[in-house]
Parts: sequence; C-alpha cells; structure tokens
Amino acid sequence: MNPAAPAPPDPAAAISVRGLVVAFGDKRVLDGLDLDVRRGEVMGFVGPSGSGKSVLTRTILGLVPRRSGEILVLGRDIARISRPEAAAVERRLGVLFQQGALFSGLTVAQNVEAPMREHLRLSPRLRGELARLKLALAGLPDDAADKYPAELSGGMVKRAALARALALDPEILFLDEPTAGLDPIGAGEFDDLIATLRESLGLTVFMVTHDLDSLFAICDRVAALGSGRVIAVGPPRELAASGDAWLSAYFRGKRGRAAAQARTG
Amino acid sequence: MSGAPTFTASQDRAGALLALAGDWTIGARELEDRADALVRETLGARAVTFDCSSIGKLDTGGAWTIDRALQALAAAGASVAYAGASREHAELIEAARFRAFAAPPRAPRSVLLDYLADMGAAMRMAGGDVVVGVAFLGRVVATVAAAAARPSRFRRTSVSHHLEQFGVRSVPIIALINFLVGGIVAQQGIFQLASFGAQPFAVDLVGILVLRELGVLLTSIMMAGRSGSAITAEIGSMKMREEIDAIVVMGLDPMETLVAPRAIALALALPLLTFVADMAGLFGGALVAWSYAGIPPVVYFARIKAAIGVSTFLSGLIKAPFMALVIALIATREGLAVGGSAESLGRRVTESVVKAIFMVIVIDGLFAVFFAAIDF
Repeated sequence: MNPAAPAPPDPAAAISVRGLVVAFGDKRVLDGLDLDVRRGEVMGFVGPSGSGKSVLTRTILGLVPRRSGEILVLGRDIARISRPEAAAVERRLGVLFQQGALFSGLTVAQNVEAPMREHLRLSPRLRGELARLKLALAGLPDDAADKYPAELSGGMVKRAALARALALDPEILFLDEPTAGLDPIGAGEFDDLIATLRESLGLTVFMVTHDLDSLFAICDRVAALGSGRVIAVGPPRELAASGDAWLSAYFRGKRGRAAAQARTG
Repeated sequence: MSGAPTFTASQDRAGALLALAGDWTIGARELEDRADALVRETLGARAVTFDCSSIGKLDTGGAWTIDRALQALAAAGASVAYAGASREHAELIEAARFRAFAAPPRAPRSVLLDYLADMGAAMRMAGGDVVVGVAFLGRVVATVAAAAARPSRFRRTSVSHHLEQFGVRSVPIIALINFLVGGIVAQQGIFQLASFGAQPFAVDLVGILVLRELGVLLTSIMMAGRSGSAITAEIGSMKMREEIDAIVVMGLDPMETLVAPRAIALALALPLLTFVADMAGLFGGALVAWSYAGIPPVVYFARIKAAIGVSTFLSGLIKAPFMALVIALIATREGLAVGGSAESLGRRVTESVVKAIFMVIVIDGLFAVFFAAIDF
C-alpha cells in the first residue's frame, strides 16, 4: 500500500520526505513517513483529526523538530544546511496558516509588504503596487488594503493571508485548511482562486484539507495519512475507490458521495 | 539559468523592438532600473513590440514591471504589443496586468494641530476613565455584595487560586525588596543623623517610615507590576480569543467569574503581604543598625517599641486593601478593554501598570493628608 519505495529522496521533487519520525515524548505522531510532491502539482492531505497532517506541514516548514528522517524541500534539506541557506529556501515557500496569522498591528497592505520589505530591495512605490496586485490576485477589493485584520471577515482574512503568502512569488504554497470556516460559496471561490493562481503562477500546492469539494475540484493527487504514515496516495477518484476502511468511510460517506457526484455531473 | 534581466532595443521604420532576456523576477536587483530603461529607450517610437521569447524566469513582480513599462509607452501614444511570450508567461502577464491603484487619500494636516488634538483626546479620555472607573467600581461592589448575600455562588476555588498566585508566590520578592529598603533607610538615617549626634533616632526613622509608608507603598507598586500586569494580560487574551463572550453567552457574568475573585484575592493578599513587608523592612533596618552603628538588636527593638504606637503600625495596613482594590479595578478594566490586536494587548498591559502605580501613589498621598488631619 505504501507508494514510496525505500529509495533515496528525490531532489527533483518539490518536496521529498523519507523515513520521517516526529515524536512528542513517547507518542510517535509521524512514524517513518515517505512522501513525494512533484513540482507543479496540487497535493491534498487528508486523514482523521490527530493523524499528523498539521505536524507534517510544520515539520516540513522546520517549525517542529524531527527525530529522524530526511526532508528535501526544493532539493535542499533545511535542517542540514546553514541558516542563511535555509532562509533562502524558506523565501521560496509561501504559507497560509489556518487562522491567517496576519500581523494584527499592521494594515492588510502592510502585511503583504512585510516580507517584501524584509527580503527585497524595492522602491516603496513598486512595493505598494505589488502588494495591491497580490491583494487583487487574491480577490480582495481595493478598499480592504488599508484596513486592519480585526476589521475583516473570516473569508477576507484568508484572502489577505493568501496575498501575503504570495508576496515573494513562492514556488511552493502551503495551505492549512484553506476553506475551513468559509461559507460554501466562499470556499468554492477560494478553490477556483487557488486553481487559477496555480495555473498562472505555476505553483506547487501542498494543501491540508477536510473539504471534500476542494479535494475533487483542485487536487491532482491526494495523500491519506494514518498511523503516522501515508497509507494511500493517488488521484482523488482512485482513492475514493480504494478498499481502506477509513478512506471508504471518508469518501463514501454521505458528504463524500455528494461531492463526487457534483464533480461527475 | 540566464541571470539578470536584460534587453536589447532595435528600431526600424515600423517601430521599436525590445527583446527581453534573462530572469525578470522580483528578486533581481536591477529589475526596476531595467523596466524604467525600457520606457526611456523607446519613448517617442510610434509602435513598440515587447519580444518575450528569450525571457528565462518570470514572476508576478517582473510581469508587473514589464506591463507597467508597456502601459507607460501606450499612455505616451505608442501602439504596443507583446510577441513571442510562452503560454505560461502570457498567462502570468495577463494575471499581473498593470492597473493604477488609487493612492490612499491622506489629508494634509499640521503637526501642531495633531498635537493639540491628541492632547484634547487624551484629556477627554482621562475624564472618561474616571467616570468609567467609578461605574466599574460600583459593579464590582454590587457583584461582591451579591456574592456575600449568597455564599454558595462565591467562587472559593478561584479566589484561593489567585490568593496563591498574588499572595504566596509574591512573598519572597516582597520580603527581599523591603528588607533591602529597610536597610538602606537605616544606613542613610545613621549616616545623616550622625552629624547631629542623633544616631539612635535612625531607629525611629526606620520604624515610622517603613510601617507608615514604605512597606505598603513598595508592596503595592510591586503588586501593580507583578499581579496587575498578569491580570490584564490574562483577561485581555481571553477577550481576544472570545472567551469572555463565551462566558457571557453561557449566562455567566464576567464580573462574577473573573473580576470579583481577582479583586477579593488581591484585597486579601495585599494586607498580608504588607505585614510581611513591614517585618522584613524592620529586620533589614535592625541588621544595618547593628553592623553599621553598633546598635544591638535588643536595643533596636526596645527603641522601636518605644518609638511607634499601634496607630503607626495600623496606618500602613489600613491602606493596603484600598491599594489592592485600585490595582484590581484598573487591571481588570484594562484587560476587558483589550481589542483585537496584539498591539492593543501590549498597550493595555502598559496602561494598567502605569495607571495602577500612579493611583497607588495618589491614594497614599490622600491617606497621608487624612491621617495628619485626624491626628492618627
């Protein structure tokens, strides 16, 4: 069932993980996980709550220490290279946190400008223009730019956070539950937005989601996590047909059937 | 990879041709210069073609600056066009099409006017603070009175928890600073009074000063910093995460669940801590008097006993619950006033500590006047 052979990690892949073990105390959250995310694909991650989806994301981003294993992000292992080199890799990643994680003391436009201000030498004019371009790409109205995060609705916070994640034109975009907390119409629009951006910007997308509609709508492949490993990986339709008990419950439950039907029809 | 963004311009009768090459990405340092040069080189041409076939990497930043140059030329009256862009690049240029963004309107204002306006606003707020503070005091008193009337609703667990946090855990630091300050006062007294040959009166000085003022004042200031900030930060972050709203919709009163237990705990803890502070201050004085002026502890305490009456001892302790109430009121009120941002939490915690220390000193002054008037 495990799709990854015990091969060395693939430097050509956007993300390549081999034998990853992450544990908190005695509890092994990830236990020998193998994974490849190809460049330019949208990879969805599913799994029951507590199966380590968020831990996997945070470990790949270097926010959680690993006990053993290899992680290549854009061909480099962040834990094994010097801090400046790691920072150079991190600059090529964009992250949309579940709660947005916008800086509450800055306006939306300043939030988007923040990474540009720190990493690039741009004239203030171009920086301002690009920030507004990113906001427009993320589907925010022009007047949202000068608001503070506390003044935005949940959907707008997600869009603003997406604009910030896109600020440095990342190669890999990490999305942690991008559509959680959005109404179905907003969630659908967000899916379309991700699909469009991925098309025009050539992004690789790493998406943790519980949203079946998102999975069917935009994911090229889906990886299912269970007992600390990837238990299945493949196009959403293939996974939906798999025999695994949890997967069939997940995809063929009432909600899964509806989502799959909507896409077939 | 092809490196820095470059271009070559050529002109013929039909118009100008700009052949772009290299990586037009946002990380390229020359990006803006080159984009400006695009316009400079071909300004005045009737037709300009942007040949994108040799572009290496392109991102939204690059596409934006290229399109900005193209639009600038178009605005100058040239007919402009792209040629040779790969599908991906064409899509990117389409997505990042230049559009003018309205600059945020910024009203011209004078610094002086802003300054005066700020001052006025601050004064109004200070006035409002007094009104709101009194109203808040009333609500707290009403809540505590209601709890006293129905002891079953009295939150014993919460009060004892905070009593430990504010009281027991503060004992070491309170004892230490008062011990040191008692010693410092004794040392200064002995040193200064020596010129009048009045060294033994240094003991009276330590006794009166520590018991009447320093013990309670230092303890209150310490508690404003230590517990006041903790209360504000705790309630403030609960406010930010909608926990206060959750309490309200459960049909509970934040006054009763959050504010009253903290106020009661602080009002119980502060007099006890003041007593600890008084003792520590006297012992600090005793130690210094013994080692510095050769006054043995037996003599020191006999003199203390003679110099101070019960009223001196009580006048310090009486103030303590009032100080506690002020600190708790300010800290909880500031905590409940926290808005949505991390910045506002920081500002409120600062305000809480500054206001509490200020009010503690004001109240101490009022008590000094009052005690003098009633000859206590």
